[in-house]
Amino acid sequence: MKRFLLFLPLIVAAGIFFLFSQMLEHDPNELQLARKDKPVPAFALPALRDASRILTEQNLRGEPMLVNVWATWCPSCHVEHPYLNKLAKQYGVKVVGLNYKDEREEALKWLARLGDPYVFNIFDEDGRLGLDLGVYGAPETYLVDAGGIIRYRHVGVVDDKVWHEILLPRMQEAGWQGAES
Amino acid sequence: MIAELGHYALILSFCLALLLSVVPLLGAWWQDEVWMRFSRPLALTQVVLVFASFVALTTCFLIDDFSVQYVAGHSNSLLPWYYKMSAVWGGHEGSLLLWALILAGWTAAVARFSRQLPLPMISRVLGVLGIVNIGFLSFILLTSNPFNRYLPNFPPDGVDLNPLLQDFGLIVHPPMLYMGYVGFSVAFAFAIAALLSGRLDATWARWSRPWTTVAWAFLTLGISLGSWWAYYELGWGGWWFWDPVENASLMPWLAGTALMHSLAVTEKRGVFKSWTVLLAIFTFSLSLLGTFLVRSGILTSVHAFASDPERGRYVLMLLLITIGGSLLIYALRAPVVMSRIGFSERSREIFLLLNNIILMVATLTVLGGTLFPLGAEYFGYEVSVGAPYFNLMFAFLVPLLVLIMGVGIYSQWKDTKPGVLVRKIPLLAVVSLPVSLLVPWLYGEMAFLAVVGVFIATWLTMATARDVIQKSSSKKGYIRGWLKTSRSFKGMVLGHLGLAVTIMGATIVSHYNVEKDVRMEPGTIVTVAGYQLELVKFDKYRGPNFLSERAEVRVRNSAGREVSTLFPEKRRYTVSGSVMTEAGIDPGLFRDVYVSMGELVADDAWAMRVQYKPLVRWLWLGSIFMGWGGLLAVADSRYRVRLRQRLGNDTRKLEAEVGITGKAAPFARGEAG
Repeated sequence: MKRFLLFLPLIVAAGIFFLFSQMLEHDPNELQLARKDKPVPAFALPALRDASRILTEQNLRGEPMLVNVWATWCPSCHVEHPYLNKLAKQYGVKVVGLNYKDEREEALKWLARLGDPYVFNIFDEDGRLGLDLGVYGAPETYLVDAGGIIRYRHVGVVDDKVWHEILLPRMQEAGWQGAES
Repeated sequence: MIAELGHYALILSFCLALLLSVVPLLGAWWQDEVWMRFSRPLALTQVVLVFASFVALTTCFLIDDFSVQYVAGHSNSLLPWYYKMSAVWGGHEGSLLLWALILAGWTAAVARFSRQLPLPMISRVLGVLGIVNIGFLSFILLTSNPFNRYLPNFPPDGVDLNPLLQDFGLIVHPPMLYMGYVGFSVAFAFAIAALLSGRLDATWARWSRPWTTVAWAFLTLGISLGSWWAYYELGWGGWWFWDPVENASLMPWLAGTALMHSLAVTEKRGVFKSWTVLLAIFTFSLSLLGTFLVRSGILTSVHAFASDPERGRYVLMLLLITIGGSLLIYALRAPVVMSRIGFSERSREIFLLLNNIILMVATLTVLGGTLFPLGAEYFGYEVSVGAPYFNLMFAFLVPLLVLIMGVGIYSQWKDTKPGVLVRKIPLLAVVSLPVSLLVPWLYGEMAFLAVVGVFIATWLTMATARDVIQKSSSKKGYIRGWLKTSRSFKGMVLGHLGLAVTIMGATIVSHYNVEKDVRMEPGTIVTVAGYQLELVKFDKYRGPNFLSERAEVRVRNSAGREVSTLFPEKRRYTVSGSVMTEAGIDPGLFRDVYVSMGELVADDAWAMRVQYKPLVRWLWLGSIFMGWGGLLAVADSRYRVRLRQRLGNDTRKLEAEVGITGKAAPFARGEAG
């Protein structure tokens, strides 16, 4: 019996290995699961700037856009932010923010300091919409087309390379008419 | 040509690692002295070859050989020479080569400085290290060769080193961290060697103790360097983010801290043997896991600048063999007989056991928080675990650990007289309580966790101070008495004080940080926590490989006297086009004034962030104390005395004197036959 106990660490380690080997094949940049090519899940959440304004999935329609999941506690978001500014201001991309599990005051300060690339921000304090979307961690960026259908999900920082090689072609596919570069 | 030579040296060192892992282990099995004697020369030659290969890669960087893919990907002809050197470990392939170099270095150090060990033991230890060497060298050669070329057409210039990494902190952070990670491989090798030999007694603990402590000291410094770097380079003054990669370095640190204490019990009292062996395996496994998590891309993080499932699969296989194999050996060979050495519930053994339990819970907390999202994702849920979870858990675990620690310092092996420990509590509490109320009050806000943090930091300091006074009382006065205490005692005191200092810093800076986001133009004056910051002007200048927008900020204290002038910058690196923030910091023992530039808001106005960060330096000061304490403990004379007895030869005494863990005379053969 005691000998059996000594095998316990091995068994636990085997379990973790199994998990790793399963997860290794998956590419976190690929939107898997059920949400690809499905509509944005229904939600009703306040806007970041104006708590009395309630946003729903209807607000994520009309033209192709990027929905960017961010938070002030996320170091990579800080790295990504200047590029989002550039996307919004220079390329005219419609970027919607999903402020994820954050504090309103902190988030507003962040925008005041770093600039605000977002058309509007959904304030998802409890991460409910994040959960429905299947947010893995911040930052993440979803490509939503004019019909409110999720076409792509990028995990991690959006930079020049990601935009030109991954997002721009898909934006154009979704019928985006913006500037080329 | 240089790259090919480097590649060739690496292949040769791989062959030597093969020999190193086979010959001595077989020799130890067959009791063949000749075979066992191969272990040291093999280990020493191997490090020379890996070093040659590392030098070759460094040379390729220095001479701008952009036909080498790795150089072209991580360097640029405009890069200053010191960044060209540090760019060697700025990417995946090179940092693995550094890993391999440090591993070979530790292996050679064991070969050289452990001559007093019995030959079968050292053969097994080096053999096990040889196996680890094989793993990493083959990983480099098969999946991540830094010497691959672009032929026949190669780029005229490189794409530049990631600007985040062009910094002094990043020159020293990875080598320090790897020294720690890899250093735990020695403790691991000793543990496996002891299991293989079937003689799991107190001796292996004695031998592996100094190695573990050195590795721990390096890891402590490495982690704090990383935190310091993030503080001044990422530009918003944060110092710990619970990022998966940070967690990956914290886990071996927590487990290694537990291991250090548990080794002490095993050495002194011969108990917890199986547990200590398991901890040694566990600590090194967590170091490997850290490497895996960073390199496989299984977790996304700021640090994951190289990820590739192919490599991930290879590291996973390595992990499987190393961790799975060692846990299997453990399960088969670890003794199941409970030792009969008794100790009471007030003994030092019990206190160190509590230390181990809490540290293990902390390790599993971090491990769980890091892996839980993965597990949940496998079952189809997606969750993320953020800083609040970790902060909550540590706000609970750390006070518990420190409170027990403060009392446990006074405990004695086997049993402490009843009442002795309880009697210490009132005094500690009487001093700590007012301090913990006074300090937050002075800072102007009574936050519960701030009170707790100051309380435990004072508690630990007082407990350590009283212990020092007790231990250094002598007829010739306290100072003489203190000087007479052993280095390992001094090391322990420094280590514990360091922890108190770090806790104090973390508590105060987390609660009393003042920050303001303001629009500033020339002439604007901002007041933050009594300091007046005046923006003098904005200007531009050109660095070697970047263009910079720079602000000049004059800082005056409340008396109106000028304290310093800061130059925060916003740099645009010309080759990659990325923008980096360089914060302007006026450092001080009690506060930092921190200014960073945000966005250009008007023609001559910037959004700036101004911060007052009380006691932030204490975070790193404490880690320096801890690392220093570790090194001091290893310099203890008992490690040298034993060696001198062993050698018993006057002519070699001098060289032995220099040693840390008994650096023996280089050519002292004929011992331990």
